Amino acid sequence: MEAAISAEHVSVDFPLYHGNARSLKKMVFRTVSGRVAPDTKNRVVVQALRDVSFRLRHGDRLGLIGGNGAGKTTLLRTLAGIYEPQAGRVLVRGSLNALLDPNLGMNPELTGRENIMLRGLYSGLTLPAIRQLEDDVAAFAELGEFLDLPVRVYSSGMVVRLGFALATAIRPQVLLMDEWFLAGDATFMEKARVRLEDMVRGADILVLSSHATEVVLSWCTRVIWLDQGRVRADGTAEAVLSEYLGHPVSRPAPAIERA
Amino acid sequence: MTDAIHHRAARANTLDLTPDLSFAARQRMGLLDLAETVQLWRLCWTLAWLDIRLRYRGSMLGPFWLTLSTAVMVGSMGVVYAILFRMDLHEYLPFLALSLVLWGYLGSLMAEGCMTFTTAEGMIRSVRMPYSLYAARIVVRNLLVLAHNVVVIVAVYALLHAWPGADVLMVLPGVAIWLVDSFAVCILLGALCARFRDIPPIVGSITQMAFFISAVIWKPDQLGRHEWLLAFNPFFTLLEIVRAPLLGGLPSPATWTSALAYSAALCAASWLLFARVRGRIAFWI
Repeated sequence: MEAAISAEHVSVDFPLYHGNARSLKKMVFRTVSGRVAPDTKNRVVVQALRDVSFRLRHGDRLGLIGGNGAGKTTLLRTLAGIYEPQAGRVLVRGSLNALLDPNLGMNPELTGRENIMLRGLYSGLTLPAIRQLEDDVAAFAELGEFLDLPVRVYSSGMVVRLGFALATAIRPQVLLMDEWFLAGDATFMEKARVRLEDMVRGADILVLSSHATEVVLSWCTRVIWLDQGRVRADGTAEAVLSEYLGHPVSRPAPAIERA
Repeated sequence: MTDAIHHRAARANTLDLTPDLSFAARQRMGLLDLAETVQLWRLCWTLAWLDIRLRYRGSMLGPFWLTLSTAVMVGSMGVVYAILFRMDLHEYLPFLALSLVLWGYLGSLMAEGCMTFTTAEGMIRSVRMPYSLYAARIVVRNLLVLAHNVVVIVAVYALLHAWPGADVLMVLPGVAIWLVDSFAVCILLGALCARFRDIPPIVGSITQMAFFISAVIWKPDQLGRHEWLLAFNPFFTLLEIVRAPLLGGLPSPATWTSALAYSAALCAASWLLFARVRGRIAFWI
């Protein structure tokens, strides 16, 4: 199946419940006492995405840029099907892997091996594929005998290696990636970089959210600039980044070839 | 890396989300959610089993601590209440063992059902999974605990030679209703508690009150001519449809009618709520 993403006029509103809005008692009393004020639900709605539209086809590499709170992560979560839009339509064809949370589903009380098995099951892998996943992750993370000990006794370096190895072990057609993955850029081990780039290259479609403009420039062919939940600019990486940064940028020698 | 692991088509590979507000569309999404959970039964089983293992990791007896603590409770309460109620221990002890074990399941299911979605927050916000999976995990986990406690019942029956007769097979319809209701309770309470955070304490109080008024430690016939009142108590009738056959009796038609009516109401409420709010749970937790 050919991978494809289409977002048509997608809007996502985020209700922020705080204090009284969480309370059934308060809500019942408000209703009973008949004081139905405009703020009766006492909730602030954040319009996280407003009327976002784009289409991606096989081979597209999309970068999402914008300030904090521009809606980049919400858009990734919406494409991953975690948030369902209140308006518009999201259509994603192809197997999907969203690298949003470094410790996705990792339970520190479980052993490394159990965490690997769970990840495999979450991804709907068959038992032989899970054994393969275990070998692959064990080899990359170099945990040795720690694989059968609870993750909470690992050194922080071991946790990072395990999390990274797990996240990058399963190859999707559509890869959604948040910027945390590139956070430790300076100290990123060469081995990890090779593995990540291998995964990015293997994906049919990449959607990357990042502040690091040089990564976006070298990995992405198209960039969408989000501003307060709206698409402010959409075009080639050079054009949009030049507008975003306020000075012209040019593409370095491509670090990653298109698949 | 040539041997890269790719997603197999174990789960649907196309995601199509559109806010079709018609109730039929919402129900279709709800059904899809349930179907996906069925496909992920292996994950559900593993999650539930790891939950149990984690609770007792490092302890010598493991999950059999549950069995031991239940046995101690049944033994001590059995002696005291048999004296209080002036009942024969041979008759009272099997009743009490069965009641306490079954009630233990109901009570912890209600308490944990409230946390169905709130405790899965990390998972819900990082990967799309069917929401009913989290409910199924709570049910399976509690069934595993129940299985460990059943040992106490069997031991009491064996010690007192109190085996029920062939009517024991009549427990099967009751068990089937329990399974469906357990799942419905987890979805209903899980969704309500994700939205309104003051519901879990309310549920806790109701469960505690129900323990005393639902003929768990006392026998229904102790109410004498007021026994008919029990048919209006959903906790009692649902308990009775499983308990009575295991004690060699049959629940009365009134008990069955009441249990079925309450179950139907529970499942309908749970389904309507689930279809209505399924897509909103991620925003609530």
